[in-house]
Amino acid sequence: MGRVEGKVAFITGAARGQGRSHAVKLASEGADIIALDICEDLPFAHSPHATPEDLQETVRLVEAAGGRIVARKADVRKRDEVDAVIAEGLEAFGKIDVVIANAAAIQYKNVFDLSVEDFEATLDVNLHGVFNTVQTPVRHMIERNEGGSIILISSGIAYKATPAPDYSAAKTALITFARALANELGPNRIRVNTIEPGYVLSPANDNPKYAERTARLLGREPFATPEEHREALWEQLKPRNMLPVGWVEPEAISNAILWLASDESRYVTSEELKVDAGFADK
Amino acid sequence: MGRVEGKVAFITGAARGQGRSHAVRLAEEGASIVAVDVCHDIDEIAMPLATREDLEQTVREVEAVGGRIIAREADVCDLAQLEAAVAEGVAAFGPIDVVVANAGVAAYKDFPSLSEATWRKTIDVNLTGVYRTVKAALPSMVAAGKGGSIILISSGSVFRGGGLLTDYATSKNGVVGLMRSLALELGPHWIRVNSIMPSTVLTKIVDNEVFATVVSNAMNNGQPFETREQRLEAMNAMIASRHMIPRGWVDTRDISEGVLFLASDDAKYITSESLRIDLGFAGK
Repeated sequence: MGRVEGKVAFITGAARGQGRSHAVKLASEGADIIALDICEDLPFAHSPHATPEDLQETVRLVEAAGGRIVARKADVRKRDEVDAVIAEGLEAFGKIDVVIANAAAIQYKNVFDLSVEDFEATLDVNLHGVFNTVQTPVRHMIERNEGGSIILISSGIAYKATPAPDYSAAKTALITFARALANELGPNRIRVNTIEPGYVLSPANDNPKYAERTARLLGREPFATPEEHREALWEQLKPRNMLPVGWVEPEAISNAILWLASDESRYVTSEELKVDAGFADK
Repeated sequence: MGRVEGKVAFITGAARGQGRSHAVRLAEEGASIVAVDVCHDIDEIAMPLATREDLEQTVREVEAVGGRIIAREADVCDLAQLEAAVAEGVAAFGPIDVVVANAGVAAYKDFPSLSEATWRKTIDVNLTGVYRTVKAALPSMVAAGKGGSIILISSGSVFRGGGLLTDYATSKNGVVGLMRSLALELGPHWIRVNSIMPSTVLTKIVDNEVFATVVSNAMNNGQPFETREQRLEAMNAMIASRHMIPRGWVDTRDISEGVLFLASDDAKYITSESLRIDLGFAGK
């Protein structure tokens, strides 16, 4: 008997990295998955985004874990696209118990270089996209009257200054958005929580474009191999954490997702759960 | 394979209530338990504390789920007693992996009538008692060199005012300060330190005649309730409005699920976290 046996989870940004890891973890514990991902690059974002092939790989892994999945290409900025995927998922599985608002995009620009259009672009994905992700499932959950668990992926950036002011603003806003939602939806037994991950190594940063940025920030020659980049990044990041690690794996975030998605946390709401190796408090 | 299979957990205040529930839940998932409780009342604290019979009941319940347990009478105000219990536990089961500093008391005094003796006792049990608990268990954890998880039970009263809780809230805030600095210091040893911030949990700490007067003053013009059911109903009404999920309290099991999560390797990168299991109390 899995820890989320029989539940249905809707996950955005599910083609790779954290989102894929959450989908596979929940499926391995008995959940069915409704997944979406934009599966194309965003012009403003720093690093390449996922591909349709990535999303297919998520489908394969979820099915290998024993789960059923509806996975579609969709953009969280476009409400009609999100709602179409939800409708298909409901058609297939009949309900949504868990929502994981994971899709995100980041550009690394200092405040003087940020145009208002850049700022809007970040909010569009990371904040308005979350609104688009949760509203229709919330209506469904209220109507169904069986409660639910909504998990918004915020960031450790909410507690520590970082050189991404637009992203920081969006991710921090999710905490107060979750608090207000939790308060409003408490009587419906719909729980709303955020996770604040520390640095997670995923395709969003484990890529050549990001490696160029790391080399530039460290004032050194470009890295010859991905391994060299990871090694330097690990040493750069480790002093920021209480535990002697540079980053946490996507699965560590998935373990927290599993706990919040399950009935083990039935009275946990408006919580900010840090999975960050002690980043926020150091 | 249990979620904390093969781990050894040291739990204070384990004779009843939350502590007993944590012992049973961790044992269900494969841990061996080293349990202590003071097992007698304390002069400065009006609420009745656990008894030897309560601690024996914890032993029976842990064994009933297939767990191993060493249970001893020990006072968190006495480091030597805690060290002796840990030494027995380590000899029987091996080094401590998990510490659950759960022992706590509440005096429920309004501030003008809160004596210095009671203030000192509350701090001594709830804060310095946590210091002693960690102090007793830590050497075996560090020496074993395999990391560990220390869980300090703090309180939702850290975030919101609570009636007749000045000494209690102060002590529980102190626990969070202790937790953060310990987490920083012990990180290199892979020893994680976190707190849990429960809202009201239905145990003897609120389900007693001392707290009954708090409820009757707030909800019944100071008149005693005829039955426990009436008292709990009034208590539920008194507290539920402060929670986002409109219930008066959580069950011990709900806190134990948080303890289990933090104790397990599922939380291997979680440290310096204040985990709220509180029906949305802190945010409301």
